[in-house]
Amino acid sequence: MAGKESGLRMEPFLWTLFSAGGVLAAFLIPVHLFLWGLAFPLGWLKAPGYESATALLAHPIVRIYLLLLCSLPLFHWAHRFRYTLYDGLQIKHLNEVINFCCYGGALLGTAVAGYLLWRIP
Amino acid sequence: MKSSGGAPGYTLNHPRWYRTPVSTYWWLGQWTYLKFVLRELTSIFVAFFVVTTLLQLRALYHGPQAYADFQKWLKNPAVIALNAVSFCFVVYHTVTWFALAPRAMAVRVRGKRVPEPLIIAANYAAWLAVSGIVAWFLLGG
Repeated sequence: MAGKESGLRMEPFLWTLFSAGGVLAAFLIPVHLFLWGLAFPLGWLKAPGYESATALLAHPIVRIYLLLLCSLPLFHWAHRFRYTLYDGLQIKHLNEVINFCCYGGALLGTAVAGYLLWRIP
Repeated sequence: MKSSGGAPGYTLNHPRWYRTPVSTYWWLGQWTYLKFVLRELTSIFVAFFVVTTLLQLRALYHGPQAYADFQKWLKNPAVIALNAVSFCFVVYHTVTWFALAPRAMAVRVRGKRVPEPLIIAANYAAWLAVSGIVAWFLLGG
């Protein structure tokens, strides 16, 4: 029962992360995806070379920006995907596994982003 | 349950609710349901974007050769197609998110609620501005 209660207390916090990630995803992902996924590979625009990409990463603000851009949208995904699995596939009885995979995935992604952004020269 | 003096206990009446079983494909029945499920599914493409961004950061971490290889991988037609689909879903996320924004935060100016279309328009304007700034940085300022 203790687990259930702490789960309830976590809910507002997780919802805040979901909402913050939703805002970041809505404002920022389309432009990133358009440039890196379409405009650069199709040659419409010139992709930054290795030197200019690392030069951008030299600014700590860019690293913090990228950490947030990776982390918060993952928590947004975790929250939405969890409910999609509950309602869409009607597998609410598996909720412990689902929660572990969704929020675990978001935490793992955040850790990987943090590690890479810390280590990139 | 309380039994006193050895009297036989009795079974509590436990009503069994009847619930009409819902098909796993309930969301295909109506356009509004389908739109809802599509909106929720945008999250998968959001996650996919983050994964490719992490791969890109890993390539940058490994050096110029890995970075060049990653750019080549992005040119793979299958990857471009996947990114095109992702882009549509993410824009759908943006549109639905902005449509809900005025309901999530009721902005008041001098005690009067700012009309919903105005808040939505402000969101779109901000989106345009932010996208412009990001593109300006990535295209080398």
